[in-house]
Amino acid sequence: MPTDGVNKRRRRFLVATTSAVGAVGVGFAAVPFIKSWKPSAKAQAVGAPVQVSLDGLDPGQIVKVQWRGQTIGVLRRSPETLALLPEVDNDLRDPESQESEQPPFAQNESRALKDEYLVVNMHCTHLGCVPQLVPQVGPQPFDDNWKGGFFCPCHKSKFDMAGRVYRGVPAPANLRIPPYSFLDDSTLIIGVNPEGAV
Amino acid sequence: MAKPASNLAKSGNAFLNWVDQRLPVTAFWEATMTGYYAPRNFNFWYYMGVLSLVVLVIQILTGIFLTMHYKPSAAEAFASVEYIMRDVEWGWLIRYMHTTGASFFFIVVYLHMFRSFLYGSHRAPRELVWIFGMLIYLALMAEAFMGYVLPWGQMSYWGAQVIINLFGAIPSIGEPLTEWIRGDYFISDATLNRFFALHVIALPLAILGLVLLHLVALRENGSNNPDGIEIKANKDENGIPKDGIPFHPYYTIKDTFGISMFLMVFAFVIFFWPEAGGLFLEHDNFVPADPLVTPTHIKPVWYFTPYYAILKAVPDKLMGVILMFAAVGILFFLPWLDRSPVKSIRYKGLWYKVMLALFAIAFVRLGMLGMSEGTPAQTIEMRVWTFVYFAFFVLLYFLSPRASTKPLPERLTH
Repeated sequence: MPTDGVNKRRRRFLVATTSAVGAVGVGFAAVPFIKSWKPSAKAQAVGAPVQVSLDGLDPGQIVKVQWRGQTIGVLRRSPETLALLPEVDNDLRDPESQESEQPPFAQNESRALKDEYLVVNMHCTHLGCVPQLVPQVGPQPFDDNWKGGFFCPCHKSKFDMAGRVYRGVPAPANLRIPPYSFLDDSTLIIGVNPEGAV
Repeated sequence: MAKPASNLAKSGNAFLNWVDQRLPVTAFWEATMTGYYAPRNFNFWYYMGVLSLVVLVIQILTGIFLTMHYKPSAAEAFASVEYIMRDVEWGWLIRYMHTTGASFFFIVVYLHMFRSFLYGSHRAPRELVWIFGMLIYLALMAEAFMGYVLPWGQMSYWGAQVIINLFGAIPSIGEPLTEWIRGDYFISDATLNRFFALHVIALPLAILGLVLLHLVALRENGSNNPDGIEIKANKDENGIPKDGIPFHPYYTIKDTFGISMFLMVFAFVIFFWPEAGGLFLEHDNFVPADPLVTPTHIKPVWYFTPYYAILKAVPDKLMGVILMFAAVGILFFLPWLDRSPVKSIRYKGLWYKVMLALFAIAFVRLGMLGMSEGTPAQTIEMRVWTFVYFAFFVLLYFLSPRASTKPLPERLTH
């Protein structure tokens, strides 16, 4: 590059401004490519509510359905199971669900609209595996004093029968509760909150 | 315009002369092969570089042929892989070459990196060689992870679930970021399709570019050697290093021998042990992906398990993820953490031998523990080795400038 009789300041200015404008252009041009990675309109449209029939669901049984690609568990709990819930409060990280995700109606001891039915997003709040329901009360390989609950095989996170996370496990929060309501006594709809409850 | 005759190769070959005037073939050959003098004392560890190039070529070739039959859609992926295995002529061989190649890539790369720990190959003036190498390692990990998702088996699906959710641990932007990576609210067809694109186009291109930079940076200063002294400090009257030998034919012959040995082992595994007892191809991945059922025991493929063990050792989501990424990230700083006046382990003394042995044991043990079920006793052991892993780098930084060294030789030893 010849440098005789060159105004270096002007050259630097031109190089800098050209580069800056070019960088802005590259930034704008990148937007469509980056946004193309977001969930498509089709993927967003598939998020419709799901109905679940509760007929034939006995206490202790769980039925799993898919809603927005998430596995949602509907667990029917017996009165004995519900009575055990307060006993584990001291071992939990967030027993009152202060820092967990749920509709307001589910921020209670049983984390449910009707105590009997736990409707819960089954994906572990750690890294998204689906924990197993281990309803038996008694010593387990992962816990000598097990009161029933969910156990994640991936990274050993433990939750009680209301999806509340234990202390000392990797999961940071209770299992999420999705929005749901009851159409009638035996039909549940996932994805819609009860009117007035929100 | 013809170049001056002095610049031309002294070749009697008219065709070569014609080409050389238009493309510097001979000049390139001389600069990088016959006129490139490498230290004369390369040992076993110096095979690993060329072997990783060989595996790269195998992966690209077999990969191209696999894409001709594979279908990157959630509905068809699993069946198309079985189709390759059962119905495509020699499809099983091409796929086993690719799956075995993935594991062998990491075997040779880990040994290649360990060579640096032994002889200080990352030390000045070769820091950039190391940095480019580390970037290749990162790209390779992403490439391997995405490749493992493609067969759409249970381990593909749930492995992807866990790895993508690692990014969810980042405060505030975590959740939108994972959604952006997946392209859906869960691991779905969209995720598989983009991983396929990244696996077959984007990352291979990046790896090839980085390999080129790695090699150009290497040729600039020449290879280090097991003594860790510069052969260019001792030149004869012609300016040729006294301890150097031309790369071609000496090291091309040595490498050919090494490649032959490597291919024998490689072929043995492909033909007789392609799953490696669940290490190279995990049993759960022979079950089609099922978003409703998590396998009882999720673990990544063996080459990720040391880092996975570090993740599992920490009972906190964000800290676990940070520590896991730090375990890889700290390697980038190795050239500046080692401040010893000598490069090679041969002249560093006992302290470094003990530290490096513990570090190697920690890495291997973490790898084994990362595959385990994770009993409480194993969790404690994971924490111990995680501590040893990081302690190596901290101690290296503080001990290396102070620890006593042995006197360096003038010339290369045997």
